[in-house]
Amino acid sequence: MIPELGQFALILACCLAICQAALPLAGAQTGRRDWMVMARSAATGQFVFVVIAYAVLTHAFVTDDFSVRFVALHSNSDLPLGYKIAAVWGGHEGSLLLWSLMLALWTLAVAAAGRSQPLEFASRVLGVLGIVSAGVLLFTLLTSNPFDRLLPPVIDGNDLNPLLQDPAMVAHPPLLYVGYVGMAVPFAFAVAALLTGKLDRNWARWTRPWTVGAWIFLTVGIALGSWWAYYELGWGGWWFWDPVENASFMPWLMGTALIHSLAVTERRGIFKSWTVLLAIAAFTLSLLGTFLVRSGVLISVHSFASDPERGLFILLLLLLISGGSLVLYAFRAHNFEAEGGFRLVSRESFLLANNILLVVACGLILFGTLYPLFHDAMGAGNLSVGEPFFNVVFLVPMLPLAFLLGLGMHAAWQKMNPKTLIGRLRWLGIAALLVAVVFPLIAYGSTGVMTIVGITAGVWVTLSSLIEPVSRWLDSRAVRLTRAQWGMFIAHLGVGLFIIGASVTSAFTIETDRAVRIGETWEVAGFDIEFRGLRQVEGPNFVADEGEFELRRDGEFIATLRPQKRIYRVRTEPMTEAAIDGRMARDVFVALGEPLGDGAWSIRAQYKPMIRFIWFGCVIMALGGLLAATDRRYREPVRERAEAKSRVGKPAEQGGH
Amino acid sequence: MWRYAIPVVLLLVLGAFFYRGLYLNPTFVESPLIGKPAPEFTLPDLENPEGTVGTEDIAGRYALLNVWATWCVECRHEHDFLLSLAESGMPIYGLNWKDERDKALEWLEVLGDPYVASAVDEIGDVAIDYGVYGAPETFLIGPDLTILAKHIGPLSTAIWEARFAPLIESHHGAP
Repeated sequence: MIPELGQFALILACCLAICQAALPLAGAQTGRRDWMVMARSAATGQFVFVVIAYAVLTHAFVTDDFSVRFVALHSNSDLPLGYKIAAVWGGHEGSLLLWSLMLALWTLAVAAAGRSQPLEFASRVLGVLGIVSAGVLLFTLLTSNPFDRLLPPVIDGNDLNPLLQDPAMVAHPPLLYVGYVGMAVPFAFAVAALLTGKLDRNWARWTRPWTVGAWIFLTVGIALGSWWAYYELGWGGWWFWDPVENASFMPWLMGTALIHSLAVTERRGIFKSWTVLLAIAAFTLSLLGTFLVRSGVLISVHSFASDPERGLFILLLLLLISGGSLVLYAFRAHNFEAEGGFRLVSRESFLLANNILLVVACGLILFGTLYPLFHDAMGAGNLSVGEPFFNVVFLVPMLPLAFLLGLGMHAAWQKMNPKTLIGRLRWLGIAALLVAVVFPLIAYGSTGVMTIVGITAGVWVTLSSLIEPVSRWLDSRAVRLTRAQWGMFIAHLGVGLFIIGASVTSAFTIETDRAVRIGETWEVAGFDIEFRGLRQVEGPNFVADEGEFELRRDGEFIATLRPQKRIYRVRTEPMTEAAIDGRMARDVFVALGEPLGDGAWSIRAQYKPMIRFIWFGCVIMALGGLLAATDRRYREPVRERAEAKSRVGKPAEQGGH
Repeated sequence: MWRYAIPVVLLLVLGAFFYRGLYLNPTFVESPLIGKPAPEFTLPDLENPEGTVGTEDIAGRYALLNVWATWCVECRHEHDFLLSLAESGMPIYGLNWKDERDKALEWLEVLGDPYVASAVDEIGDVAIDYGVYGAPETFLIGPDLTILAKHIGPLSTAIWEARFAPLIESHHGAP
């Protein structure tokens, strides 16, 4: 009975979403205030019912209701409680429900913040979000109902995919989803601007914190996914260019471009139609991400059950939402006039270069991800481009981006004397190059061209992010940085640390696979690892061989590592749990391979210098984003807000500042 | 202002590809070698280093050529299936790829030997001729040494019944 209530709540939520889409949009078009004000109540109601549906599904998992098909497929009575709750998003149907929940949350937040915006505009934003929400809820109800019953019920469930039974994996999908779905907000703002036919700097100021907010979650979500892949898949890599990884990375790249383009639109009132296009593209790529994972169009380690019917529905949804907004764009975008120009050497130019390079990178990744599909659809057979392709095409736009970034941060708006710019930063560049040449030789005893280029880029970005805050800190008379400026420097510092980590790790990783017997000691990158023993351990729903390894350097004990090889009882799938001794400067990674007979095991041991910088860098980036998104001007005093309101309220004043 | 219409055109093109992609099977990687004669080779026999194994031995009946190596984790996963397949009478030839002889022999001794014989491809030349991406990969070779099918990744009963068995039956007429 309870699951049926969940389904009923979902149907009601869907009806409310349709109201939230239709009434405010129609009201804004015809100027009917009573219809426009419906948006907020519809959004609130929808949120309540999605929460009920979500709670009901969670209840079914917690109480082991295996008469619900989705629960039977993704849970088991032995599954620990935490994973039962997380199992809600362990499969396709539940993760769609999570998607809807996240969207409802964002919508509620947008509705609350929209009180300071003109009613017509705020209603259109909520209306567009309603369309998206209605589409996804219809999709859930028609093709992927999580409340479907399984009759007769099974005694026990099929268990959660062991890959997902991990703390990082519990947090990874919701964070990523908050980010994905969050891109719906700038999208809705963009479409609302297209519908209104006008776009000013206030628009950019309203849109920016939402975009940065979504971007923060995407950043953390992607980093967490990469961290999970690193220790859970047991391969020791941190990025695989898997279609699903790419699916999350592409909206991130577009979102990053959008943030920077919004900065120009807010500050200077230019790049307007471009900004709108980026907002549409970022959300389209988020939807595409959903499409790629769900439809089985591309295979990946992540794919949930794939089904052409579902794929077709998502494709239609994609065409309706993105196609519709792009048609609108085709007719309306020329209305957005630039409010000024800029010189070649200026902040604007650097941000334009940033945008072009990010979009090129995103385009190349999209091409690489979809290449198998193009190839196959042309009748030439299915083929995939692998990691080498992505590593090369990604570096081509990203290296110049890193070098321009250092300059761009210090460039002034509108125009700047190039000599001033270069004069300030020349020494930083030389210092970065010096560090890049000397550091690898001292620390790792070897070097290479790409290593030097990579570390130079990383150190350059790091130093140029630090110079301004540090010099202002030293000079007590200097004007203090605003919170947004702090955010910018800190986020870029994260980028620099990330590049350093990625360059050092890819150049100096040492990977060994070898057969080892108990009692043997072998050496990896100056560390002695001794295979001390092996025992059987039993988890709640798995049994495991657990190895004990002692890590020593120059005879001195460092750590005991206990990697596991788990077999989950229900699914009988083997899983590798690597053991890692992680320090900021390096990781030592030990994973149990296979028993080779005679007490010998194949053991994968890896030395990964500075790999933590990769995730640490991402966290710093997100922190920078957080500072930027919470800048004072987004929480402006009421007086200015009222002024902004009147500015938008009168169409005659639009366009020319 | 036609240039503002470019994005929607791009999206439609992409959409068309997706529509097409929905009805294609992406797990099926078609090898360009299918329907072509199997590249000839003669390599040392794993268990008998003086002897050789080659395409000559395979000819004359339906046989599998299975690329394996002791460093390959997935090979271990498919091993039991290969054993059961060999037991049912399907001749399987191994291509021991970029491996060490001692380890390979130990592997067969411990896990059982499903192969009629295993050819030692130490440098990986033959694997290149066969367009091998990684281990395990399995080729179905007809009596006239035509490559009939190729599977990348571990074989399983499901894959066998869906992809390989029907080919043998259709070529045979009735099973």
